[in-house]
Amino acid sequence: MPSLDSTTPITAELIAAHGITTEEYQHIRDILGRDPNITELGMFSVMWSEHCSYKNSKPILKLFSKMNAELPRQENLLVKPGQENAGIVDIGDGLAVCFKIESHNHPSAIEPFQGAATGVGGILRDIFTMGARPILLMNSLRFGDLAQPVSQRLFRGVVAGIAHYGNCMGIPTVGGDVYFDASYEGNPLVNAMALGIIKKDEIVRGAAHGIGNPVYYVGATTGRDGLGGAAFASKELSEQSHEDRPAVQVGDPFMEKLLMEACLELLKTDALVGMQDMGAAGLTCAGCETASRASTGVEIDLAFVPRRETGMIPYEILLSESQERMLVIVKKGKEKEVEDIFEKWDLHAVKIGEVTKGDKYRVMDSGKMAAEIPAKALADDGPVYTREEEKPAYLEDAQKLDLTAIHEPKDFNAVLKRLLSHPSIASKAWVWQQYDHMVRTDTVFYPGHDAALIRVKGTHKGIAVSTDCNSLYVYLDPLEGGKIAVAEAARNVVCSGARPIGLTNCLNFGNPMKPEIFWQFHNAVSGIIESCKTLEIPVTGGNVSFYNESPQGAIYPTPTIGVVGLIDNIEKRVPSAFQNEGDVIFLAGETFNEIGGSHYLMIEHGLKQGLPPRLNLAREKALHQFILAAADGKKLVSCHDLAEGGLTVALAECCLKSEAGLGARIQGLNGLRKHGTALRDDALYFGETQSRVVISVKPEHQKEVKTLAQKQGVALCEIGKVDGDALVLEERIHVSVREMTNLFENWIPNIMERQ
Amino acid sequence: MKAAVIVFPGSNCDTDCFHALRDVVKVPVEYVWHKDRHLPKVDLVVIPGGFSYGDYLRTGAIARFSPVMESVIQHANDGRAVLGICNGFQILLEAGLLPGAMLRNKTLEFICKHAWIRTEENLTIFTGQMEPGETLCVPIAHGEGNYYCDDDTLKSLHDHSQVVFRYCSEDGKTGDAFNPNGSKDHIAGIVNKKKNVLGMMPHPERSSEAILGSSDGLKIFESILNALE
Repeated sequence: MPSLDSTTPITAELIAAHGITTEEYQHIRDILGRDPNITELGMFSVMWSEHCSYKNSKPILKLFSKMNAELPRQENLLVKPGQENAGIVDIGDGLAVCFKIESHNHPSAIEPFQGAATGVGGILRDIFTMGARPILLMNSLRFGDLAQPVSQRLFRGVVAGIAHYGNCMGIPTVGGDVYFDASYEGNPLVNAMALGIIKKDEIVRGAAHGIGNPVYYVGATTGRDGLGGAAFASKELSEQSHEDRPAVQVGDPFMEKLLMEACLELLKTDALVGMQDMGAAGLTCAGCETASRASTGVEIDLAFVPRRETGMIPYEILLSESQERMLVIVKKGKEKEVEDIFEKWDLHAVKIGEVTKGDKYRVMDSGKMAAEIPAKALADDGPVYTREEEKPAYLEDAQKLDLTAIHEPKDFNAVLKRLLSHPSIASKAWVWQQYDHMVRTDTVFYPGHDAALIRVKGTHKGIAVSTDCNSLYVYLDPLEGGKIAVAEAARNVVCSGARPIGLTNCLNFGNPMKPEIFWQFHNAVSGIIESCKTLEIPVTGGNVSFYNESPQGAIYPTPTIGVVGLIDNIEKRVPSAFQNEGDVIFLAGETFNEIGGSHYLMIEHGLKQGLPPRLNLAREKALHQFILAAADGKKLVSCHDLAEGGLTVALAECCLKSEAGLGARIQGLNGLRKHGTALRDDALYFGETQSRVVISVKPEHQKEVKTLAQKQGVALCEIGKVDGDALVLEERIHVSVREMTNLFENWIPNIMERQ
Repeated sequence: MKAAVIVFPGSNCDTDCFHALRDVVKVPVEYVWHKDRHLPKVDLVVIPGGFSYGDYLRTGAIARFSPVMESVIQHANDGRAVLGICNGFQILLEAGLLPGAMLRNKTLEFICKHAWIRTEENLTIFTGQMEPGETLCVPIAHGEGNYYCDDDTLKSLHDHSQVVFRYCSEDGKTGDAFNPNGSKDHIAGIVNKKKNVLGMMPHPERSSEAILGSSDGLKIFESILNALE
């Protein structure tokens, strides 16, 4: 790269190299009333990248806010999507939860350990920037075929990176989801979610109010790492991407731990005005966003910015994405109090500027003007595009499925064993045992449950969280797949006895300039909205990750959904697995001939084909109401949702996740056969019809549970008993729990520890 | 009984220990910042788990130089109780209050899960409420918990009844299959010769309430309370 200083001429090549189009450049000239200098060009290029400006997704994302506005209980949504760094939902008693999910896919593809680690660091800063103390982490991961050494390397590195950062921070990583599919080869997905708890009256805004208030830079020093990371995240991965390694940041969780404690301590004083983390687009973003939110100006002098490298020019300092840094606006006259807190934690806290009159983000370099841009224009007035959409050509063939050509296998035991040992279904203990999932001593349901459950000390409340997305469904039918992703994450939360109160999403797609990709994106969002509307779950925000393509093509469209639920009395929680011998097992929900898009079809017949199951939202909602009513009356011993692998895998999981290795004897499936016309046995055993759960109930509560189901119009069928040490379904399945456990528990460790 | 929990930069089980002592065991407890040279008058000092100083250089290697450590060493030398958990155990090793050192786990990976440990000695203030041989289910969460010492030290530890906890199966058998990190002689926790300083890798504060899956760890706190009250 040639040297970039104030004398650098702005050529057409330089503009193009910054990913700025001719029209966008003209827009910049209109805003400034002149040509930008190189520093300003760099600032526009990162702020107007897809990663920061959502320029290609904004028109679609607005649909979330529109949907929110039509939901009941509006007042509970304290911070709405797009307003701040993360959304906030009221949980009563003066408390609220603050949560968000975000991607770090591209950095993780290039450098899995640091890429994943800094993804965790970034999402945590989004939470404590709001004044909330992070209490849990989740993550949603996608890799290529695990048999491939490259997938193993990425998987190992990503898991170790997440563990490194989260463990050191002392925030438990309590769950998530991991899938393996060839579509993610070369472009893994690393979506990290964090949730924090906050007193309603202590919410901090990322706004620079109060003319004359000092602006502080706190935390780590600034280096050349992660230079232009936001721009890097906004293009496709290519064979040359490994040369972009300097665009991947390096994380220091110890530094972040100090920063978090110091910021939360600062919050308890009355010195704090506003706070904003320096994540994507670093000091550029933090400065203009805080000014824009407060409709003020901000002036800083780069000479005061602590650095870890010599010879850095304004362009580099402003675009650096060095981690663990924050911009803090404090009350004038309280400087000493602020500096003392950061000194206690051995952190830099340097006054680099102040809030000014007007609307400009003015950047000086030792008193010389380096950049001057209207803050709002830079932060919010980026270009917005309505992209072309076109129904993908692949869909017609992919959705075709002739059931008569699918022969039912003779040996259902073999099918079950194959499903249990598929890495997407098999136990992820190898992953979550590397995460400290117990620190803070609040984790009540460990990873492996339908939802993670965290108690809130000092109250009876519990917070349940689940992330989910079956991307094969979304690939085969983006609208239905989007609907199901929400329904399934919500169902998981409901299974634990919690009522969904909010949803965050991480929308991972390919290149939005391709009309077929944009069509997937739009349809998946429409599906998400449809489910949220019926299930009355507000969307609190999230993240869009486009350009998830490798030379092999685009990933499966993956709108990862994180649902947060509230349980008012944690004593009413419901575990996923069987608890006592002799309990009666019911299947709630109807079963249809649906094997399209199923893992059974993929694993047993080698087909990723057909229409995924249809989601009937009225039925889904009724199911949730039934489960919550039964949980509230303490009538459920266990509740587990049916997902990949259908009824048989769900029953197997209820057995092998039970502490005592309980078996089940299932003889009552004929009741289900009556429902459909000629229900195929493979659909009954392994199909993935939605809106179904397996519950176990004490014999003396059967009648009440049936009454509750009837009240909600939920089909309930008694199918068997918790019994013995094997899973037995009619004459078709007989596998010992010990054998299932071996397959389920050992598959991933065997692959990962073989080398 | 009064207790203090030391807070180093990077400690992250400090609030958990504080909660267990104050809200579960119900004893007066206060935090002591690592830069304080002075230790308040307490009966028990807890050095909690975490990543003090980010565990840079070596686990516990920098924390031992914190100003408060001089007072902690004095407190120990006076015969009063010190409990180091996880990173706290590592700090006690680095500070020379306990013999031996920690290596990376044999899998080279961080491990967080429930582990079974066997009470080898119940004639200490930390284990008085347990039967000899009694097994406890207590979680571990560490990347460097592979306890190591030379053979002479090991012999001395046994000769002086200093090995307090060893990893085992649920029914109390020891063996490699039940040793999660590869530690020498399956050691999970040791005391000094005077038996007033205990270092252990498993986290009793994480298993002091039934809602967390096990309350076996509470027995350790109750033993201390019983001995010092």
